Amino acid sequence: MSYIHNIGAYFLMIKEMFRKRTKWSVMRHLIFKDIDDLIIGSLGIVAFISFFVGGVVTIQTALNINSPLIPKYLVGFATRQSVVLEFAPTFISIIMAGKVGSFITSSIGTMRVTEQIDALEVMGINAINYLVFPKFIALMLYPFVISISMFLGIIGGMAACVYGGFSSLEDYITGVQMEFIPFHMAYAFIKTFVFAFLLATIPSFYGYYMKGGALEVGKASTTSFVWTSVMIILLNYILTQLLLA
Amino acid sequence: MIEVNDVHKSFGDTEVLKGISTTFEKGKTNLIIGQSGSGKTVFLKCLLGLFVPEKGTIAYDGQVYSDLSADEKSELRASMGMVFQGSALFDSMTIAENVKFPLRMFTKQSKSEMEDRVQFVLKRVNLSDAGNKLPSEASDGMQKRVAIARAIVNQPKYLFCDEPNSGLDPKTATVIDNLIQEITEEYDITTMINTHDMNSVMEIGQKILFLKNGLKEWEGSNKTIFKTDNEAVTNFVYSSDLFKRVQKMYLEEDEDQ
Repeated sequence: MSYIHNIGAYFLMIKEMFRKRTKWSVMRHLIFKDIDDLIIGSLGIVAFISFFVGGVVTIQTALNINSPLIPKYLVGFATRQSVVLEFAPTFISIIMAGKVGSFITSSIGTMRVTEQIDALEVMGINAINYLVFPKFIALMLYPFVISISMFLGIIGGMAACVYGGFSSLEDYITGVQMEFIPFHMAYAFIKTFVFAFLLATIPSFYGYYMKGGALEVGKASTTSFVWTSVMIILLNYILTQLLLA
Repeated sequence: MIEVNDVHKSFGDTEVLKGISTTFEKGKTNLIIGQSGSGKTVFLKCLLGLFVPEKGTIAYDGQVYSDLSADEKSELRASMGMVFQGSALFDSMTIAENVKFPLRMFTKQSKSEMEDRVQFVLKRVNLSDAGNKLPSEASDGMQKRVAIARAIVNQPKYLFCDEPNSGLDPKTATVIDNLIQEITEEYDITTMINTHDMNSVMEIGQKILFLKNGLKEWEGSNKTIFKTDNEAVTNFVYSSDLFKRVQKMYLEEDEDQ
């Protein structure tokens, strides 16, 4: 029963997020602050992970191609497909569920514990709009993060391929450019927008409706990470089936 | 003035407020006291509009809260100031930004007008030099004063304080009590204080409402509480030897006069 209750409360929270908006002059600052915290603040870790995972994908692909009949440029092709279709949108989103999601849950949860949310409500402010809406808008820039992840993943793969001696630079670039289907980019970015929505709202939900003290803030962060990841994986499957199958 | 008429509030099968009726007058410090679990916090949250009573009405200067539209409720809430037990300051903002927050949200004042008002209010609570500090850099007493400054910056009609003295040393607690009383009289606002602090009861209790098991057990003032023969009140207020002696001294002085 509690799952059904939570699903209902989650959708009511989303409805409330768009109601009775906070003054634009205040909201503007909140949005910029959240862009800094959630987007700019994530670029470092996303760049680091993307570069090295791109390299690992390349090495593993190259090591598994033993047959001399398979052309070397296939390494670049496989890296591009893996990075663009799955690694950047999905894998990075799972990492962001840990980084950004736990930040959102713990910051909103701490506000709940220290009565800051009550203070907003007493003043007649729509606390859900004030707290969640700027995060939702900030995460609409999430595809920008994923674009960087795609680029660095492919660059990382190129570095590993060339400096590891698995194929030449020309072969890798040929592979990366080979049979490029523009819709794959659209598919990746549709997924990214959906995941951005989940990343903004599920952790906010667990932070906003948490009860208890400091210990519960930690528990809420963990629960929010689990459910955000579950929903990302589930919707990844559904969207792939709908868009690519 | 706030008029409360037969307010009932339950959570599940537990009836917390069992029909409270009272009036809180303008320009007076109204104290709500009672043992833990007596329903004080729930009653205060009903007065704040955070909890909706199942039965009964609460009227703010004649406006019955349950009859108001959503916009009217928001407007009314903007005229309320609240001092939370833990101060509830926004930790990401400086003290001055915390105080400025209600002005940014609810007024169309220019930046300089807001700055002037913030400086005026911070001066009123003796924190003129602390504006640039973060709440985490301020002591508990300072945080309480910032919370009071934030509550009064937008010139509220109603001020609610939930245990404003909890966790403070006696001297700071007296400063906070006096500040609340001065502000109440100076700005002619209706102030409700939820407290366990018997010093506050004696010092600033112009009206005292004693709750027991969700019901109004007694009401009076810091003058009449010395003479009450209500057993529940005397057992609660004069539970310590010190306050028993204070009561005895007061009654002896009263007889002499």
